[in-house]
Amino acid sequence: MTLALIVLLPFLAAAGLAFLPRTDDTAPRTVAAGTTFVVLLLAVRMFWQFDTGQAGYQFVVIIPGLGADALGIQCRLGVDGINAGLLLMGAIVAFAAVGVTRDIVRRQKEFFLLFLVMTGGILGAFASLDLFYFYFFHELALVPTFIMIGVWGRGEERNYATFKITLYLSLGALIALIGLIALYLQMPPDQRTFDIPAMTQYFAEHRMESGAQQAIFPALMFGFGILVSLWPFHTWAPLGYGSAPTATAMLHAGVLKKFGLYGLIRIAVPLMPEGAKQWLEVLALLCLGNILYCGLVAMRQKDLNLLIGNSSVAHMGFVFLGIASLNLVGVTGAVVIMIAHGLLAALSFALSGYLFHTAQTLEIARMGGFLKRLPFIGTALTMAMLAGCGLPGFANFVGEALVFFGAWKTYPAITGLACWGALLIGAVYMLRAVRSILHGPLAEHWNQIQDVPHAWAKLPFAVLIFTLLLFGFFPRLLTEKIRPSAEVVVQLANREGDIRTRGGQGTIAAAAGSISKSQNRRLSVPPHPGPLPGGEGQGENSRSESRASRPRTGAPVSDPAQTPVSKESRRIGDRRSEVHGQGERTIQTSRRVNTAGEAAPRQ
Amino acid sequence: MNLSLSILEFAVIGAGLAILLADLWTPVPQKRNLGYAAAAAVGLIFLASMLMQAAAPAYAFEKMYVLDGLALFFKRFFLFAAVIVLVMSVEFADRIEAGIAEYYALIMFALAGMMFAASANDFILVFVSLELITVTFYVLTSFQRGRLHSLEAGVKYLILGALASAFLVYGIALVFGVANTTNFGELMGSARVASARPVFLLGLLLVLVGLGFKIAAFPFQIWAPDVYQGSPAPTTAFLAVGSKAAGFILLLRVLFSAVPEITVNWTKLLMVIAGMTILYGNLCAIPQRNLKRLLGYSSIAHAGYMLLGVAAMNSAGSSAILYYLGAYLFTVLAAFTVICVVMRGVEGDDISAVAGLHQRSPLLAASLSLAMVSLAGIPPLAGFFGKFLLLKAVVEKGATQPGCYWLIAVAILGVVISLYYYLGVVRAIYWSKGSAELSDIKVSWPIQVSLYACIAAMFYLGLFPDRLVNIAMEAVKALKL
Repeated sequence: MTLALIVLLPFLAAAGLAFLPRTDDTAPRTVAAGTTFVVLLLAVRMFWQFDTGQAGYQFVVIIPGLGADALGIQCRLGVDGINAGLLLMGAIVAFAAVGVTRDIVRRQKEFFLLFLVMTGGILGAFASLDLFYFYFFHELALVPTFIMIGVWGRGEERNYATFKITLYLSLGALIALIGLIALYLQMPPDQRTFDIPAMTQYFAEHRMESGAQQAIFPALMFGFGILVSLWPFHTWAPLGYGSAPTATAMLHAGVLKKFGLYGLIRIAVPLMPEGAKQWLEVLALLCLGNILYCGLVAMRQKDLNLLIGNSSVAHMGFVFLGIASLNLVGVTGAVVIMIAHGLLAALSFALSGYLFHTAQTLEIARMGGFLKRLPFIGTALTMAMLAGCGLPGFANFVGEALVFFGAWKTYPAITGLACWGALLIGAVYMLRAVRSILHGPLAEHWNQIQDVPHAWAKLPFAVLIFTLLLFGFFPRLLTEKIRPSAEVVVQLANREGDIRTRGGQGTIAAAAGSISKSQNRRLSVPPHPGPLPGGEGQGENSRSESRASRPRTGAPVSDPAQTPVSKESRRIGDRRSEVHGQGERTIQTSRRVNTAGEAAPRQ
Repeated sequence: MNLSLSILEFAVIGAGLAILLADLWTPVPQKRNLGYAAAAAVGLIFLASMLMQAAAPAYAFEKMYVLDGLALFFKRFFLFAAVIVLVMSVEFADRIEAGIAEYYALIMFALAGMMFAASANDFILVFVSLELITVTFYVLTSFQRGRLHSLEAGVKYLILGALASAFLVYGIALVFGVANTTNFGELMGSARVASARPVFLLGLLLVLVGLGFKIAAFPFQIWAPDVYQGSPAPTTAFLAVGSKAAGFILLLRVLFSAVPEITVNWTKLLMVIAGMTILYGNLCAIPQRNLKRLLGYSSIAHAGYMLLGVAAMNSAGSSAILYYLGAYLFTVLAAFTVICVVMRGVEGDDISAVAGLHQRSPLLAASLSLAMVSLAGIPPLAGFFGKFLLLKAVVEKGATQPGCYWLIAVAILGVVISLYYYLGVVRAIYWSKGSAELSDIKVSWPIQVSLYACIAAMFYLGLFPDRLVNIAMEAVKALKL
């Protein structure tokens, strides 16, 4: 129910807004703020109650009526470790975005209506367990973005920008759609379904033809890649974000863009391991284009928004690298970056939006000495820029470090270059921006610029910075949720040899089973009377499982004890008993994890 | 002989005649309101059609006429379209100098033709029903006698329509000459033998030409933009929805219930036609400034998308066509209703006339935007699910026919291009400058009701597609796929 509310509330609020009179200037903003706040609370609650340490889906709910049973389409929502954090991040960004909409003064009703539709679409895309709705919700955000940039955007080029972003994204989405349909048609007619867990289960048990994998994987990779601004399909991003109103840029760059990455991790990689093997090498090469090329482009930018836009494209490269590494540490890191970057991009665009609002320009050369007049914004901007360089203490560092650890074994050369790009290029443009905007003498005509007036207006920035620091200092809040789910993904992605030679099918089927069984839990599973299984053994199981899941490298990639992820894994069992109000489900789940662990191949 | 099967058609014809008679005794100022009476009558027939069942196909007129699920689906489709078109015509009445009652009656006769077409099971009935449609449309397109554009549209439709009919008749004659029958059921039995004769194939190809004209498929699409642009808005709407759907039902019947064995060999031909139609419609729509002309080109493109379903040659494809037509019905009717209201006194129907519409009438602005978004195929509206089904059918076909992947690439390209011009209209509505006229637009309540109905249907079909999907899948069981 929580999940259904998180997704549906924005739509209901938007529908309600449609019936308000157009002249009302305060109600739309209040409705939007209230709705996103409630959604945020629900998301926090969901994140808190999330049963850490299990791989299956939780909070599974079916929205009745939607979909077409005849085709196996059903609007089913659920979260596992991978999308729980993303949903929380989306809710935080949406709430913060409403807080920085002071630049929207005309046609507020329309703006907030579109904003709510976009928010609902984004959250729905991340919460969907159905391939059709996964796509459906994402596309829902397309037209609102188009109108928002067109009507409330800024700059001479906004017309061009809004058409470019819309056409580019639809092209990517359509290519991905063809891939998704082809995937669906790979199943025999009587078993066809769009249900993601069921599909994962099916393809874990039945090997997909190599030819199909080789054809479908690139469709998904490039389709999703366009949505994530994979180099060289990235040109829509900086321009679009530069022209968009602040709130739209925050939602789009922060949350919506992660959709493609999420699709790669959730669908493309685990379902098509052989395709992944071939094509992820290409992805690893292309991600250098993001990291190095777009980093260098960012260095040359004269406009703060374009700089942030390009740097956000560059950051996507790390996620691609993490996914391409195909091991637990790398994939976990990729998910952490997705969350951290979402918060960071939102923060950066919120700050640049504020600067534009007060200074009416974003030209870096014209600014200078702003720290004197804008202590709060200046500090926040410095923090955002440092987070962008990957300073320890911010969540971005955690993710990037994990990705580098994970990718080192597989792609040493690329990882070396990426490290260089992250540390050097990133630092150059970020710090240069800080220097020329905040430091130096303050010109006379800048005396009228104002810092954020009151505490309420500081709230959105504070929330974003707080979350970045929280996940930076306590990464296990994220990693120990992500780990079990990422483990399943990695295991499925590396299964190639298992199925045919060693009869490891049981393992994988069990791993996938732990996904698909969880969906029926609410309906059919009887309460379990027994005590909780031992905690310590649980951790051991998942550790041995993770070792076994790396046939690609032969040996453990990096000693699990050295990464924050596995330090935490031992605590999984302990924490399990802390989960409130979900006793039954917890027990069922831990049993399943056990089964998966026991069935692991014994070499 | 079972006349009761075609009771709906006779009811429509009777109502049309009644409107013509009533015209004699109605005072001139009241004449336009006859349209509401006509709409009400057709609406009642529509409701009555809901009571009809067609579990097993039933035949009448020496098996010329068939009533099955497919026929019933299309009859309801045409009846609903006619209701909205009649309401639109009342709105349009003051722009027609004389003979408004005849206009209503002609729409109803065209409707009867379409309904007969839905039940055609014999080439003779195909021809008769198509002529009933086409001849009434000759008049309907040129009904604004004072406007040169309208007359031009009428003449173009007449000449090219007559040409297409000639091809159709010639084709039917050749088919009859070889197979000695015009009945679809008997043809299917003799097709295997007859297909060895090239004359038979030539005849079928000529029939295809005639039907291609009706649905405006490449290369028989030349007439569409001019006629769409020049005709009165309600006529254009009925042409876009009714006439096109009639073409598709006939195409489905001929291809998949008369000569399914020959159709299989024509996959490549149909694929090429579909791809070219999509490209032609979308590319030509890009530079258009006249809204009705733009929709004319877009209707060509949509014919191309639906031909994807024909080229897929599976029941998924055919049921997708039915779904797509259902979505297209509400979308196009909403768009033309808005055009009908907004373009009052605007010469040239330029897109700039809708500039600032969001201030003048939020309902009209929302309807037109939603219609454009639905035509572009973006969720959560009906058009998206239609495109989804069609693409799914073609991808399914791709397993046996690798050429389909090219077709898919063309379709994707077409969708992206179409986004450009559809969103151009949305842009004009919400943020283009340069509209002098910013007064509020009054929208009469029947128009409001039909707009709300269309919007509700677009959302319903987009969000809850299950029902129509099932109906469509049930209906295409009548075809031999």
